[in-house]
Amino acid sequence: MKAKEFNIKWGMVIDLDKCTGCGACMTACQVENNIAPMVDASNKLRTLSWMLVYELSNKKSGAEAEVAYLPRPCMQCGNPACVPVCPVIATDKNEEGGIVSQIYPRCIGCRYCMAACPYHARYFNWEDPIFPKGMEKALSPNTSARPRGVVEKCNFCHTRLMKAKDKARQDGGNPEALADGAYMPACAEICPTGAISFGDVKNKEHKVFELAQGKDAYRLLEKLGLNPQVYYVSKREWVRKLGDNYAATGKPGAAKKHS
Amino acid sequence: MDRALFPDGVERCSFGKFVLWMGFISAFFLFGLYAMLLIFAKGIVVTGLDNYFGFGLWITFDLAVIALGAGAFFTGFLKYILKIDQLKNIINLTVIVGFICYSGAMLVLTMDIGQPIRAWFGYWHPNVHSMLTEVIFCITCYCLVLVIEFVPLILEQKQLNKIPFLHHLAHNMHVNMALFAGIGAFLSTFHQGSLGGMYGVLIGRPYAFREGFFIWPWTFFLFVLSAVGCGPIFTVLCCTLMEKMTGRKLVDFKTKALMGKIAGTMLTVYIFFKILDTWAWANNYLPSVGMTFDQMFHGMIYGKWLMFSEIILCGLVPAIMLITPSIRNNPTMLYTAGILDCIGVSLNRYLFTVQSIAMPILPFDNWQFYAPNWAEWATSGMIVAYGILVMSLSYRYLPVFPQERGLNK
Repeated sequence: MKAKEFNIKWGMVIDLDKCTGCGACMTACQVENNIAPMVDASNKLRTLSWMLVYELSNKKSGAEAEVAYLPRPCMQCGNPACVPVCPVIATDKNEEGGIVSQIYPRCIGCRYCMAACPYHARYFNWEDPIFPKGMEKALSPNTSARPRGVVEKCNFCHTRLMKAKDKARQDGGNPEALADGAYMPACAEICPTGAISFGDVKNKEHKVFELAQGKDAYRLLEKLGLNPQVYYVSKREWVRKLGDNYAATGKPGAAKKHS
Repeated sequence: MDRALFPDGVERCSFGKFVLWMGFISAFFLFGLYAMLLIFAKGIVVTGLDNYFGFGLWITFDLAVIALGAGAFFTGFLKYILKIDQLKNIINLTVIVGFICYSGAMLVLTMDIGQPIRAWFGYWHPNVHSMLTEVIFCITCYCLVLVIEFVPLILEQKQLNKIPFLHHLAHNMHVNMALFAGIGAFLSTFHQGSLGGMYGVLIGRPYAFREGFFIWPWTFFLFVLSAVGCGPIFTVLCCTLMEKMTGRKLVDFKTKALMGKIAGTMLTVYIFFKILDTWAWANNYLPSVGMTFDQMFHGMIYGKWLMFSEIILCGLVPAIMLITPSIRNNPTMLYTAGILDCIGVSLNRYLFTVQSIAMPILPFDNWQFYAPNWAEWATSGMIVAYGILVMSLSYRYLPVFPQERGLNK
């Protein structure tokens, strides 16, 4: 399985030691992407959370107990599990930058992509979006609302990429060589502790280039071979260890990778 | 009252009794129809599915009935292509069972997708890399083949057959049936396989993922083999159930035992490879992704007993029973083996569908539980009721069983 490569690789590096679990990224994501509040959101397996914050625990008690918070957007995998399975090409990875797209008007809602994604980054619209009175004035004009019956997911705020490219063109710059910080998803922009960094992980001038190569950087479920474009950083070993499965050997990194 | 419509020389129950029976079954059908209309109106939010369990009872039901309906294509292949003439005694029934299974599965699929109006996109925007695209193409095409195979049987109805045009049409369709049997065998082999391939390609689901040959994961071949290992015996079970209910002999035991032998042979080949596949998966693939065999199971509801039931009790045991002539030739043992066989293959489809996605892949995630709700049960029940209605009408009015007259003299 070979990952699809592009000249630009938009990636996110999330420092889990900085994340306080405040949930601002989740809120910013919902606002930016016009996600309607649900009338009854008590069933958390039916809510729409393109960005979801997990709480991790070291399972120890007393003074040794520690928690960490792990924000999980779509991993925009280099070798996505969801793209080849879609029967109608409603999701694809074919644009410079490597963002996995989702074409709402084409999605038939078979949910095969959801069954394929081990990160649970894909969400189904169980109901039509209904915005409470007055809220429609606060909706983003850039993002289309999705109807009932289609799958949706994080797209690194793709409309912001379009805007950044437009701005570069207007300013006489190169839209295919955006400066660090010119394109920033809502979650990265709002994070109060600066835990979420964003940029082109292939571009040495972008901060994430170095962060993604740091000794404490890792990706979720690397052994599966999906090659995600989202990196995590933590100095704590127990946090890093929760990034993959080591039950077979008990040792991080000791198991062979399958082809 | 409707005696003139019966096939020549056979007895059927009174019209009143038949109406009562059809009314009883129709009640289940109508309840399911109500659930179906509710689903089309309000969406699948009325089901028990959620973001973890995008696949549930419906997909399990679909995969199971498609496997059980495999008797149609495989028996057709053996009868028309390999010329095993004895199978003519049961071939009509395999076609009807296949037709019911496939048309029912297609109906469930239209409910299952979030945007039923876009169902045709599978043809319009096909993704040639998706196993599901192949499934959409082959299932719809094969369902048409089954319609073509079913039509001559309907045209042979006593009164319809008196119309010269319909008589000749039915005759000519029969003459060319080998062609359709061939097309059916080709289409069926591929979509049965692709249904397995659908799971085998899931690189993010260690329970289901398998390596394989060229573009086909091993599950592709295992699903084909398991389908032909249970389809023929499922038809025998349907026939026997009809015999018990009507009190009439419909197919001789020799033919049933032959179907058992065919299913048993295929099941034996399947179970041999299934055991090898499971061994390689547990000892090679799972450690490569940092997981263990024990991690694939959880508590009672997702316990190892399910896999052992599937492979040993409902796989290896019926395979041995069906390939051993002395056991197979005992009716009770044949039917017991058949029931175990069908349960085993259905269990296999369930495990690939539900266990695969219930299992936490992220180390900080948990096992999730899913219970189908009334809407899913009612609509699945509707398909079963639909099948019973079609089968009841076919049995009463169509010459399904060529041996019936002789066996009941």
